[in-house]
Amino acid sequence: MTGQTPPPVLEMRDVTKTYMIRRGIFSPKQPLRAVNGVSLKIDRGDVLGLVGESGCGKSTLAKILLGLEMPTDGEIMIDGKPVDRDGDRKAIARRIQPIFQDPYSSLNPRKTIGSIVSLPLRVHKVGDPLTWRKSVEDILDIVGLPRRVYDSYPNQLSGGQRQRVAIARALIMKPEIVICDEPTSALDVSVQSQILNLLMDLREELNLTYVLISHNLAVVEHIATKVAVMYLGRIVEETGTEALFDKARHPYTKALLSSVLTPEPGLGVPDSGLGIAFPNPINPPSGCTFHPRCAKAFGPCSVDKPPVIMDADGRVECHLYA
Amino acid sequence: MSAVLEVSGLTVDIPVPSGDLHAVRGIDFSVDKGETLCIVGESGCGKSLTSLSIMGLLPKRAKVSADRMHFVGTDLLGMKERELAAIRGNRMAMIFQEPMTSLNPAYTIGNQLMEPLIRHKNASDKEARDRAIYLLERVGITAAASRLSQYPHQLSGGLRQRVMIAMALMCDPELIIADEPTTALDVTIQAQILHLLAELRKEFNSALILITHDLGVVARVADKVAVMYAGKIVEAGTVDEIFNQPLHPYTQGLINCIPVPGKTARGSRLGSIPGIVPTLIGDIKGCSFRNRCAFAHGECDTKDPFHTLSPGRGYRCTLDVPACEANAKELVSA
Ligand SMILES: Nc1ncnc2c1ncn2[C@@H]1O[C@H](COP(=O)(O)OP(=O)(O)OP(=O)(O)O)[C@@H](O)[C@H]1O
Ligand SMILES: Nc1ncnc2c1ncn2[C@@H]1O[C@H](COP(=O)(O)OP(=O)(O)OP(=O)(O)O)[C@@H](O)[C@H]1O
Ligand code: SF4
Ligand code: SF4
Ligand SMILES: [Mg+2]
Ligand SMILES: [Mg+2]
Repeated sequence: MTGQTPPPVLEMRDVTKTYMIRRGIFSPKQPLRAVNGVSLKIDRGDVLGLVGESGCGKSTLAKILLGLEMPTDGEIMIDGKPVDRDGDRKAIARRIQPIFQDPYSSLNPRKTIGSIVSLPLRVHKVGDPLTWRKSVEDILDIVGLPRRVYDSYPNQLSGGQRQRVAIARALIMKPEIVICDEPTSALDVSVQSQILNLLMDLREELNLTYVLISHNLAVVEHIATKVAVMYLGRIVEETGTEALFDKARHPYTKALLSSVLTPEPGLGVPDSGLGIAFPNPINPPSGCTFHPRCAKAFGPCSVDKPPVIMDADGRVECHLYA
Repeated sequence: MSAVLEVSGLTVDIPVPSGDLHAVRGIDFSVDKGETLCIVGESGCGKSLTSLSIMGLLPKRAKVSADRMHFVGTDLLGMKERELAAIRGNRMAMIFQEPMTSLNPAYTIGNQLMEPLIRHKNASDKEARDRAIYLLERVGITAAASRLSQYPHQLSGGLRQRVMIAMALMCDPELIIADEPTTALDVTIQAQILHLLAELRKEFNSALILITHDLGVVARVADKVAVMYAGKIVEAGTVDEIFNQPLHPYTQGLINCIPVPGKTARGSRLGSIPGIVPTLIGDIKGCSFRNRCAFAHGECDTKDPFHTLSPGRGYRCTLDVPACEANAKELVSA
């Protein structure tokens, strides 16, 4: 092998994001570590699936990657170069575009669809008013929206139609990296499969890199090349898609996989065995933060932080594999 | 069996600049005590407007009509806004698709949770507070008491959704309408919430209308299913009938679109239903699915018959049952 391997297109080094929050009116502010020492490498062309329980910090991590939130600690590197802390937002925005979870609040209700989708072109001064309309219409075709919505407002569209608008807006700048936070959760399945097929096509054509946050593990399994599982601000397991779905190691990953609702009537809703409570992130459990819910917990789990194990099967944080 | 909700001939029209948008085009359904009806269908087919019309929460300019719309025997259609307001959030509650549409950013979670119980049931502050904490814990929120003083924007999407579910349950409603209640949640919480809804439905024998596009959810929680397309019900039946003997080509296509872990090959192209929904402005002649249907033929341009096979079981197509069953086999092998 000659030449150097290119640096990861996107890398996080020991990134932490702490929010100071108040639990009551008179109590002092306390730190909440939404993201707690996360290191991640994303290579060009990767589709990194990011999964984990609600509130575990996925969206916060996405916002940090997008430059919408500054990390409290740690470094973000793009193409091996650290991103300036007060960083050039515009430079990041040209290369990394988001597709957000909630198509309702992410679209400006007072702007037409044409104006919303063409906004990135106008902000970055790409083309001119004559080409904008054409570019928007082309992208509307691609995401399966009728061209007549050009002059509509978000509240005139259904939830699924609005999400297609958000996807159109993200793709119109032809970004290198797309951070998709629940990109298809508002879509019904026939459209979901079209969008997933479309995201895959665009990845090949434009050499796109994706970070895909999704609660739909069937979707993640289908299109991700590697998967990171988050729990309470940390990545507890990270490995190739095959390995994760075929031989998950972390007990939380296993519980997650066992909760998947496959379309088989009569089986009822499975019990993940996790118990009801997601821990309070302000006051996380000692040792392994998963230990109060872990069926495999033993001696060291409530005392010592689990070691990071890196081997041929990927990366896992759990005492069981020490 | 007593029906909690009976709807027939429901239509919803919305005036738009280019004419009337016929969003819901004459649908019939009912849901009994203790029963779960799942409504699935293409984005924009009128599911949310259907539920909003039951709740009396349609936008002002929308025109709603129905042959019948009975809630526990009383006619919802003739009701004054004041009478509806007394039922809403009380005997009939809704969990919305988008949490921020029903959570007010200016009030604390506690205020918003306690309000319906105080207003509808004359509860004391303490009673309302205790119930709020109890329900927040039931939906899996820790440190529930301390959440009461937080504002919606301080919570993650999933937490907001759970707060909204707790809010809907405050008054033990007889009918719960949940519009995509677990879409934004991870699978473990989804399983917990669906468990909870099922449990509470049993506890109070309430009826549940669950709108979802997740066929996994439908398969696991529905008693019966209505499949909607372009404002009409195109297929209805028990959950077993819908999954084991789908008759409408749209239902068949949906079942083919989902990657099934362990069955669908990773990275393979997913089945899809090409094309898009026809415009809902003005009338649709013939079958509204025909521009996307692999089995469309001449008759479909003008006809759109609904076949009732047994009470609660039927489909809308020009083809007969054996032809539809043959189509299903063809789609699977394609
Ligand atoms: N602006 C903020 N101020 C205070 N706390 C916040 C803020 N944003 C997020 N948090 C907290 O940080 C944690 C992580 O939130 P985040 O939105 O990243 O979770 P998530 O994994 O995306 O959840 P979901 O799957 O529900 O979208 C949560 O405990 C949340 O309450
Ligand atoms: N306020 C409105 N003004 C104009 N048209 C509307 C309005 N609300 C909804 N519509 C239209 O009515 C139709 C039905 O909308 P509805 O929100 O009921 O769809 P849905 O089935 O809930 O879709 P989704 O699965 O995407 O949520 C859509 O074509 C939508 O564009
Ligand atoms: S470290 Fe212990 S508690 Fe944590 S996941 Fe492993 S076995 Fe369970
Ligand atoms: S009526 Fe015709 S177009 Fe419509 S679903 Fe049946 S075969 Fe297809
Ligand atoms: Mg999120
Ligand atoms: Mg809807």
